[in-house]
Parts: sequence; C-alpha cells; structure tokens
Amino acid sequence: MDEKLENHIEQYGFPIVPDEKSGALQWIDMRELRVKFIISVEKIKPFFEGLKEGKLLATKCKKCGRLFFPPQKDCPSCRTDEMDWVELSKEGQLETLTVLFVRPPSFANYDPYTVAIAKLDDGPRITAWLKGDPTKARPGMKVRVEVSKRKEGYYMYELVPVE
Amino acid sequence: MSENVAVIGVGHSKFGSRKDVNIPELAWESIKPALDSANIEQKDIDFFVVGNAGVWSSEAAIPALMAEYADLAPKGSMRVEAACATGNAAIRVGYQAIKSGEADVVLVLGIEKMQESPNPTVIELIGRFGSYFWEFENFGLTFPGYYALHGTAYMMKYGATEEDYARVAVKNHYYGAKNPYAQFQKEVTIEKVMEPKYVAWPFKLFDCSPITDGSACVILASEEFAKDVEDKIWIHSQGVGTGTANLSRRSDFTSLESARYAAELAYKRAGIDMDAPYKYLDGANVHDCFTAPEIIAYEDLRFAKRGEGVQLIRDEQTYIGGRIPVNVDGGLKAKGHPIGATGVSQAVEAYKQLLSKAEPGRQAEIKHGRWLAHNVGGTGHYSYVTIYGLEKLKK
Ligand SMILES: [Zn+2]
Repeated sequence: MDEKLENHIEQYGFPIVPDEKSGALQWIDMRELRVKFIISVEKIKPFFEGLKEGKLLATKCKKCGRLFFPPQKDCPSCRTDEMDWVELSKEGQLETLTVLFVRPPSFANYDPYTVAIAKLDDGPRITAWLKGDPTKARPGMKVRVEVSKRKEGYYMYELVPVE
Repeated sequence: MSENVAVIGVGHSKFGSRKDVNIPELAWESIKPALDSANIEQKDIDFFVVGNAGVWSSEAAIPALMAEYADLAPKGSMRVEAACATGNAAIRVGYQAIKSGEADVVLVLGIEKMQESPNPTVIELIGRFGSYFWEFENFGLTFPGYYALHGTAYMMKYGATEEDYARVAVKNHYYGAKNPYAQFQKEVTIEKVMEPKYVAWPFKLFDCSPITDGSACVILASEEFAKDVEDKIWIHSQGVGTGTANLSRRSDFTSLESARYAAELAYKRAGIDMDAPYKYLDGANVHDCFTAPEIIAYEDLRFAKRGEGVQLIRDEQTYIGGRIPVNVDGGLKAKGHPIGATGVSQAVEAYKQLLSKAEPGRQAEIKHGRWLAHNVGGTGHYSYVTIYGLEKLKK
C-alpha cells in the first residue's frame, strides 16, 4: 500500500483521498485485481513449431483450398476441420503502418515501435512490428517476414524492408 | 407490434472528468431529465437497457444498480456491450423490443465511468478492443494505433495531410465550445493541434478523443404511446454491420466495410437515395474517436466520394451552412467519448437538433427533418447507422 494512502486511512479513518485536480473525495479500492489470461494454442501448435524453424505457417482447407492467416482450425466455408499446414512465402508488400509512441504499460520496456500490415505474395495479410526507419517506409514497399526473438527471449515475427 | 418507434424524452449529463459523482449518481443526471421530458413515471417503463462497456469501472451489475437507485425494479433489463458502439447497441435492443410488440416504453441508458481507473490502465484495456491475441498480446497495438493504421493509409493513398486531420479537431472544438455538456469547451487552432508529440503517428493529442465519464438517456415509445406526446422524433431506420477482429483480415484501410454496409441498410430502409444521402439529411453525428476516422466516415456514409472526404473538411462543408453539418455538438473529440454513453448521446443530439433545441451557435437548419448517427465500435468491428426523423417515416 502506498504511503499517501496509509496516511489518509489514518487521517480519515477510511481509504479516502481527494482527487488531485478537483478535490472531490475518492474512495481508493483496496481490492486490487490483477489479470493474466491463459489462452489455448493446442490446435495451432504447428504455427509455433514452424516459427521456431523459421517458417511462417498458415492453415489451408483440404477441401476448398482457402488459406487462413492467422491460422485457424476450422474452415467455415466447408464446415470442416480437415486442414493442411502450409508454409507461406515470406515476401510481401507493405500496406499501412503506425508508430506507437504512447505504449500500454505492459509494453513500457520497449522503445516506440512501428506496427505495420503487409500483404504477403500468397494472399493473406499479416500484422507485425516493422524493423527500420518508419519515416522511409511507404505502402507498396517490398518487405519480408523475419523470425526473430523478443527481449523476453521467446520467438516472434517482424516485417523487414527488402534492400 | 409497433411499426414506428419514437424518442419521447432525453437526458444528458455533463461529460468530462466526473470525480464528483459515482456511477448511479452520474446515471441519474441523465435518467431524471429523460423521465421529465417524456413526462412519464417509472411504472410506465416496460423494459430498460443499459449500454456499458465497463471493465475500467468498479460495478458490474449496472442494470440492477440502476433499478435500485432509480426505482426501476422489478422491470426487465439487460446490459449490452459493443465496444464504442455500445450506446447504439442499447438503442437497438430497445427499438426492437418496441417494434416486436414486447414493450411499449423502453428506457435506454448509456453510461461509462472510465476515470475510475488510472489512464495507463485504460490504455491497456482499450488496446484489447480488437483481436487480443494476434494484435495486442503480441504487438501492443493501442486504440489510437488501430485507427492510425487507417489514418496513414488514407494519407498515403489520397494525399491528406496531418493538417487536414487537424481541421477536423478545429471544427469539433469550435462546436464543443458552444456545448455546455461537452468535456472541452475551448476552441483550438491548427497550430495548437499540430504542436504536441505523437501518440500514434500521425495522431497527436488533439487528434484523439479523451477518456471520459458521462451518461445519456433516451425514452423510446411505441406509436400508440407516443401519439399524444408533443416533443418527439422517430427512428426511421437502423443498419448494423460487423467487421473482422484482426485488421489483417480486412482488404482496405481507407474505409470501414462494416460502416458502409450499415449505412446502405439504413439508407435503403429509410428510403434515402444512396447517391446523395446528404440531400435528405439536415446533419449527422459521426464517430470521430480520432480525426482521420471522421473523414473516412464522410466517405463510408457517402457524403463524399471515395478519396474526396478530405476535400469536405478543407472546404468547411461539414460546418453549419455547408453540404452537411457534422458533429456540431463537438463530436467525440470535444464533447468526450464515454464509450457506453456515446451512441445514446448521439440520439439526444438528434432529438435536440430536429426539434431545434440545440444551444445557440450550434443549431443546424432543419429543412429535411432527418438526422443521421454513425457509431463505430472498435475499428469497424461493429458499426451502427441510425436515421432519426421529425415526422414518421412515409412508406
Ligand atoms: Zn474449405
């Protein structure tokens, strides 16, 4: 508990603090909630195994050939889960980008980063961080997907301008 | 069954940083004037809907909290959520309940108390209004970031500039300054908008709508119930569309497909010519959570052809007196964007404008008797286009 709040509890008899700007009294919730979700990746396991080997994998419906990226387990066109895992070409064209200066607190340990969307030569689009100088990046520019490692030590993929 | 549904009463709290009230107190600030202006009692209400995205605020069972504070128990209720389009989703539930004959009178409340959480927590939470796993968990896209991907695509395709985006902020602050319910009641200049550092390139502080507390309330009624009510407007039509969670599953970043779809449905049902809908409308509220999406909305709503929306703001055609006045209440940009309340606030604005009750300096000329509200959840994840009319829809 922070010291200011502790002082206020002592002073007011309650966890009540005046708002810094308006002075209106605020009750500071004592029941802190921290959330961390646990997400199943069981059915898309090959994607992560592929990435470790430097491959960008998508699912492809055995029946109609529809390609899915991000990969998904089921084809809603054919209502089948008979899918192949196929390697995508890692080449494509940049479609749009932004540079995130105000980051969520959970990304505070990163410098401002560029997020971009590229259309791969095989058809699907991909969202990822873009390496390099964002001021030189333009839609239509050729990029490739590169498997890299995050600061935290696990694999990710990035877009890298070609040349 | 009621063929037509009327808005017979409205209420609106002051939007802003409302540290002076808790959630039910803030709700009552709009419920009370809505009940008063509709001249009804709580017992007349058959059903009530609360639009509240929540997560950043403490209370979860908001309809029950309203039932307790505003004497609405034991009437039926529901909480709905559609990200930033939550308010219009709540209106949809009420509208359909009356159309189907399930209810005669429905209270629709939109409320959000976003400042119950510190700003960094809110940034963290709003970043999740897309595809959590592929966009947020892995790449830390923020809400300004999602729309910035569109803002840059539009700039590079159609030659819009950051100054053009600033013009949207200038207009919306100009009208916000005339709206006593707005969070920001100060005009800004292009220079002032261009000054601050980037939040998500090309957006700077004044390109972004703020984090807001607020509530808005409308009373909807059947044709039969509304027949003796003097001040009322009608819901002519509502179109709803949904987009993909991942932006990478979209084929275009200069437009929102779900909004185009919703607009087409709404225009068709209201008998409005899709080639020049602005000729049928006296004004519109569009979802300007950032400056660029207001320009994109001009095009998705067909106020301008694709690529020509930016020319509307350059020529001041979306000010009062232009082709179509847009966001003359300040928009989300200056009025504020309490997520659950925004769509309901747009309905309040349609009521005020069509009945010529808007504050001086921001009343549009009412010639056609129709007003449009465009409310987007996420980045086109959900889109609602609602058309309000002064007279009943002529078949
Ligand atoms: Zn298939």
